[in-house]
Amino acid sequence: MHDFDFESPRTLTEAVALLASRDSRPLAGGTDLIDHMRTGRFRPALVVDLKKIPELTQLVTDSNGLRLGAAVPCYQIQASAEIRNHYSAIADAVSIIGGVQIQNRATIGGNLCTSGPAADSAPALLALGAICHIAGPKGTRTLPLDQFFTGPGKNVLQPGEILVEITCPAPVPMSGSNYRRFIPRNEMDIAVVGVGVSVTLDASGQTITAARIGLGAVGPTPILAVDAAKTLVGQPASDANYKTAGEAARAVTSPINDMRGTVEFRRHVTGVLVERSLREAVARARGESQYHAHVRIPCS
Amino acid sequence: MSRKRVVTCTINGHEEQFLCEPRQTLLGVLRDTLDMTGTKEGCSNGNCGACTVILDGRPVVSCLVLAVECEGSQVETIEGVAQPDKLAPVQNAFLENAALQCGICTPGIIMQTQALLKDNPNPTEEEIRFYLAGNLCRCTGYDKIVKAVQQTAMTASASCQPGCCGE
Repeated sequence: MHDFDFESPRTLTEAVALLASRDSRPLAGGTDLIDHMRTGRFRPALVVDLKKIPELTQLVTDSNGLRLGAAVPCYQIQASAEIRNHYSAIADAVSIIGGVQIQNRATIGGNLCTSGPAADSAPALLALGAICHIAGPKGTRTLPLDQFFTGPGKNVLQPGEILVEITCPAPVPMSGSNYRRFIPRNEMDIAVVGVGVSVTLDASGQTITAARIGLGAVGPTPILAVDAAKTLVGQPASDANYKTAGEAARAVTSPINDMRGTVEFRRHVTGVLVERSLREAVARARGESQYHAHVRIPCS
Repeated sequence: MSRKRVVTCTINGHEEQFLCEPRQTLLGVLRDTLDMTGTKEGCSNGNCGACTVILDGRPVVSCLVLAVECEGSQVETIEGVAQPDKLAPVQNAFLENAALQCGICTPGIIMQTQALLKDNPNPTEEEIRFYLAGNLCRCTGYDKIVKAVQQTAMTASASCQPGCCGE
């Protein structure tokens, strides 16, 4: 690995100043950054560890919703009963990012800032209406997650800017969410297609009153499929309507051919996963299903 | 050249101090500075799990941890598993079940097994396979590893007192 300096600031102000001062990279879990430095893709003169900054390491759920620090590791997110029960698409995503060892280090903030089109956390957070809170040399700013990504490996962050936390609105009654992906194995793989959805049902549990759909690995950035979600609003929660939404989602994809899948395959699977994910999110909204972990989660 | 740092941490219960550059990984320091070569280097990019150690109670791949991040941490490696005069039950179970051939993945898998059984003393086969999904083995086909983990769990539960692990 190339030679670099290392700092581990305790405050956000200090971190912003360090990151703005020279050619630098922030470090959270390190599961992307350390590998990228090893292969020479990134050669920063300074690495700034963000894990000692309180704002980046808190996970709070209350009546205002979820505040998720960008440097909270996946295992801690998965261990939160509040996340599993009320923001379950996030629990679905963080429990399939890498294996146990990776989940013990990797963070949502890192997953978003690496900005891979196949990032598992992105479609889940898009579906849950996530907002990015950014601090930088010119102060703080917020923007919806669907405006954060600008291309493969690229996002809106300017030199010195840090993704501090992600917030999601509090879930309303009769709502549910799900993230799922297609991979040719059971575990330890990168999404060929990833789909996150959230739905809200009316009091009877039969009609969809609100929906959001996020898509991953089917375009240069994760995609918020606005028109596909619109087809569901005011409609009965039925297989026929899930299929219509799936068709509409296929229309906004622009996938590539690569070793993981062809354009045609990815487009087809997008629709299939949208249908399956809607079915699961509706079941969760009705209280008929819930997040299921493959690995028993230690109590937190 | 970046300034070298002194890092103080606890490794296998003993306080250690070492000098390292920021670019050195925990894996590199364990093997090259501290001569603790029980932890193996496989892929160096977090896919294979050969370099798994326990950092502050949780298994991590030491190739994706900078040594400077370990200031004040507790690190457990394969060197701390056996007693001075005898192997740990998990090591015996791996030998008795022939759960290794070339042995490169074994230290990582033993550490991951220790972490699994601490969280979940009686795992199902599915839980074992998912928990060990981050540890690749090119020799055994995994079945013998799963059997060794199951035997370790059974041995531990046979020797435990009623109520000692929530059963």
